[in-house]
Amino acid sequence: MSAGSHNEWESELIELEKFIDSAKERARKEQDAGDKVLLEDQIMKLEVGRDKFLKALYSNVGDWEKVLIARAVKRPYTLDYVTALFQDFVELQGDRNGFADNAIVGGPASFDGRPVMIVGHQKGRNIQERQFRNFAMAKPEGYRKAIRLFEMAQRYNMPVISFVDTPAADPGVESESRGISEAIAASTMKMFEISSPTITVIIGEGGSGGAIGIAASSRVLMLQYSVYSVIPPEGCAAILWRMPERGAEAARALKLTADSALSFGLIDEILPEPVGGAHRTPLEAFATVKAAIAKHLADLDKFTPEQVRADRYAKFRKMGQFDTALF
Amino acid sequence: MKQSEAFLQCQSCKKILFSIDFDQNLRVCTYCGHHHRISAETRIKWTFDEDSFEELDLDLRSGNPLDFPDYVDKLRAAEEKTKKFDSMTTGRAKLSEMPVSIAIADFSFMGGSMGSVNGEKVTRALERGVNEKCPIIIFCASGGARMQEGLLSLMQMAKTTAAVQQCREAGVPYIAVFTDPTMAGVLASYASVADVIIAEPRALVGFAGARVSKQAGVSKVPDDFQTAEFCLKHGMIDTIVARKDMRSVLVSLVRTLGGHLYDGGSK
Repeated sequence: MSAGSHNEWESELIELEKFIDSAKERARKEQDAGDKVLLEDQIMKLEVGRDKFLKALYSNVGDWEKVLIARAVKRPYTLDYVTALFQDFVELQGDRNGFADNAIVGGPASFDGRPVMIVGHQKGRNIQERQFRNFAMAKPEGYRKAIRLFEMAQRYNMPVISFVDTPAADPGVESESRGISEAIAASTMKMFEISSPTITVIIGEGGSGGAIGIAASSRVLMLQYSVYSVIPPEGCAAILWRMPERGAEAARALKLTADSALSFGLIDEILPEPVGGAHRTPLEAFATVKAAIAKHLADLDKFTPEQVRADRYAKFRKMGQFDTALF
Repeated sequence: MKQSEAFLQCQSCKKILFSIDFDQNLRVCTYCGHHHRISAETRIKWTFDEDSFEELDLDLRSGNPLDFPDYVDKLRAAEEKTKKFDSMTTGRAKLSEMPVSIAIADFSFMGGSMGSVNGEKVTRALERGVNEKCPIIIFCASGGARMQEGLLSLMQMAKTTAAVQQCREAGVPYIAVFTDPTMAGVLASYASVADVIIAEPRALVGFAGARVSKQAGVSKVPDDFQTAEFCLKHGMIDTIVARKDMRSVLVSLVRTLGGHLYDGGSK
């Protein structure tokens, strides 16, 4: 039986880490010098064991486990990357058409002293935050805000950096009434109009149409344990076998990993995560993502505005696999 | 529809109809006006100039890039049933002598789902319009992206939408007709960014399929939810046109929006 959540999958590790923490606490309070040395020695051995266990656990991460890691509550979210990688960020809100959305955030910022436009899905860590962010499921106004920011980027010749982390676009009645499909399509199309470089980093869940609306970029990068899929594995299992609980099987069938996406030519690079995932040592993940953005920006800087657009069109134009049948 | 030679039953109102009357009425129920689904061939015959259609892109056939369970069997069954390789039929046609690039979907081939072949054909139809300077007309019918091709299908949304952007830049009009059903990945890509969007009466049009909505806990929905009429009321489409009037509306649009593309102006 596959684990149902990231915490469940890491449960033994988490248990061990908790025990080490409590042992450390005890060692700190220990009065007898001899006992203290003994305890500290034991803790060191436990820590070596923990490291070994962590390495073993993460040496063979299955497709379904990647889904769980991508959804992990402790995983760095868009605004964590924004804080760590950029300066001068000012969040710009509203679609200027009557609605605001908190599942997509964005605004101008400086990256290594250079102005860029940021757009990204934002998840929440507790119940209140999650409700406020609508579980990172954007409504039409989220994509319409993105369009506004893309247009602004085009006006001021700023590169766009987008962060993708959504289970899906919001499927509710409100969203349908305000044209969620049109909003996603128009946002996707707007990305092809931008003549400055655009870079997308998939940091967690790349959930179907909800993702593509802000992911049609010159370069698309995926963190090692992020996933990118046409349908959530549970949804796929519900359709195939009418059993959403067979998500693990569906995850394998859907080939939703970074490795598969790269092998099909649908993304440009996989960004390796530290052992134990981006959530365990976020600073390392931030450094990796920052270096990758800098590298790809420098690369794309060689293009003229016309070349930037032609390159982007050519890149997506090639996507797809089919046979040419002989009669 | 249940067809038994001379008679058949309307899928919507369940009344019994004479097959001859039904066909003469363009497969629209004479009692309730329900527009039944039709094949691409029938659609082309009833919409475009007689014998003007030239089919292209015939050689594209889906593989099984993901090794997805049962996909090949489903494909072969659909190919056997429809005698086609995909739900999308593309090529050149004429409307009142005016050349147009067309893509016509047939829901009976795997629910019109958009995989690599489907996305490629739509993209070629759009690019053909750009290259040959003629308007593009796409009749949509799809349940959404094709799950069995995974992320490759999702990328068809970006690819086709990018091609629409090329049409806009080239000043080539693109008209989409939503037929029953136009859903999910197709609706959220090339279908919704057409210059003009027409729908057939009561066509199902929406982002989230019933099963997805149910999983997301969407329960109370308006009676006309996800219909052409709902879309019209909420400003998502331009007009609803009955099948019998479709040709003349398309002729007018091609003449007005695409007039600049034809020698000597409109015909």
